[in-house]
Amino acid sequence: MSLIQVVDLNQRHGSKTTLKWVSFSLEKGEVFGLIGPTGAGKTTLLRLLDQLENPTSGKIFFDGRVVTGSPRLQTQVRRKVSMVLQKPVVFNTSVIDNVAYPLKVRGHDRKTVAETVNEILKTVGLEEYAKRNARTLSGGETQKVALARALVTRPQVLLLDEPTANLDPLSLDMIEKLVVQFNREYGMAVVIATHEMAQGQRLADRIGVMMDGELVQTGKPSEIFSTPTDLRVARFVGVENILQGKVNSNRESLVHIDVQGRDVEAIANRFPGDEVHLCIRPEDITLSLRGASTSARNSFSGQVTGLALSGALARVQLDCGFTLVALITKQSAEELGLQIGKQAHVSFKATAVHVIGQ
Amino acid sequence: MTELWDAFVEALRLIVSLDDEVVSIAWRSLRVSAASTALAALFCIPLGGLISFRSFHGKRLLINIIQTFYSVPTVCVGLFVFLMLSRAGPLGGLGLLFTPTAMVLGQALLITPIMLGLTISALSGVDKTIRDTTLSLGASERQAIWAIIKEARFAVGAAIVLGFGRAISEVGVAWMVGGNIKGFTRLLTTAIALDAQKGELVLALALGVILIAIALIVSLGVNLVQQRH
Repeated sequence: MSLIQVVDLNQRHGSKTTLKWVSFSLEKGEVFGLIGPTGAGKTTLLRLLDQLENPTSGKIFFDGRVVTGSPRLQTQVRRKVSMVLQKPVVFNTSVIDNVAYPLKVRGHDRKTVAETVNEILKTVGLEEYAKRNARTLSGGETQKVALARALVTRPQVLLLDEPTANLDPLSLDMIEKLVVQFNREYGMAVVIATHEMAQGQRLADRIGVMMDGELVQTGKPSEIFSTPTDLRVARFVGVENILQGKVNSNRESLVHIDVQGRDVEAIANRFPGDEVHLCIRPEDITLSLRGASTSARNSFSGQVTGLALSGALARVQLDCGFTLVALITKQSAEELGLQIGKQAHVSFKATAVHVIGQ
Repeated sequence: MTELWDAFVEALRLIVSLDDEVVSIAWRSLRVSAASTALAALFCIPLGGLISFRSFHGKRLLINIIQTFYSVPTVCVGLFVFLMLSRAGPLGGLGLLFTPTAMVLGQALLITPIMLGLTISALSGVDKTIRDTTLSLGASERQAIWAIIKEARFAVGAAIVLGFGRAISEVGVAWMVGGNIKGFTRLLTTAIALDAQKGELVLALALGVILIAIALIVSLGVNLVQQRH
């Protein structure tokens, strides 16, 4: 049984619809990444999961029981779920009192509270700040206090709303490690909302992509990245080559697609006349100087129009009737003697082309 | 003019020498107003917390009505409490009319609107995410309201002090339900009014100076606390 199951959630705030027919489930001990652009409805979904709002329609099950609409169950669920808001607020009191708050409202005795709080402050590296007023802390430290406060009760589920949006790399690393550590040690499930695909890939077992209030795709990070089901997802997860085309023929799923007068082959279930988008990952494209002698079915000649080095990699932009970006090693770029204006051959396999409908 | 000046000097002498009557009247005034403020605060702060925390139909209207009663005339509250406590009134059997208790009840009623209204606006000044944070951390509604009140403690404190200020400086209620009985229900304000009418300017002035001093000390204290935070 799933820890949390969400069925057909809709949420309207006034005339604005923030969630449309969202359904998904969260398993025990799972890290679920909720990615999507700002305003996609990630925060609303987290607030609903934390029982801070009631949905306009739809149901939320926690441990198999419907929670929606029962204030008593909602408070019980809130005590098993912790949420760190995007801009966390701390109470105008000491760091210790902030972190102790969730234990105090649960009626733990003074000794347990003190011990547990000290332990968690040590874990997040805030023990020196224990007596400081939490309002005087920096952004990163505030985030740590909020995280410590959320973790101090060892929740079954931790909801994180853009937890590292405004953090320096060191604090980011620390917070991600802490989340992973609690996930592994205590089997705490995590839902992390982020607009950063990379963070989702680093942390999540599964990812859900939200667009305009809809959960448009759910799957393993690698699936989302290599086979986005929709153009918006493709753009969002950073597929750099998205070409527009029209299917000419389909023979046993090997389709020929017309892209600005050029013929591109791909594997897909599309039929002649279909308008499609082609996603090609830059690292799946190979470059050579002479005509390709590879098994790749797609081969075009083109002119280098852009060249950018980043670390050990080179990002090459080519015009071969349509624009393509290829990612190759810096070393091979040097061996090929690539520079702007130079002619080169581009090749990629039919299986490297991911076709999505329009 | 010299007569007034002499009266003023004599008044200061009465204060400095801790004249029995002056001290007993001032002390009674402080006690009655402190009690009425405490009574009103016990009622207004939780109720204000509840009104500000919950959303319900007519909330805006309710707050508007409360604010309208900020300036309710003291004699009208006095008259109302008088009617309630008079022998023929619904609470006449308690025999409270013309006692300090009656004045405490009357003053508490008088300052309830202002204390309640200012508490609500103090709490609405608290960051809305504090509410979500407390609930998210597992607080019940009561615990969440208490946390919000603690966040707004200085503004809520100011609401209490303003209530005290209105209580200690009013005449109408104290006169009508206390009766200005010497040594029993005579307060600073009622004593000043009576003494001035009798022509006992020295005593009236002495009591007036004390009343102003109390008011100044209280608001000075509030300013200091608020500036520090």
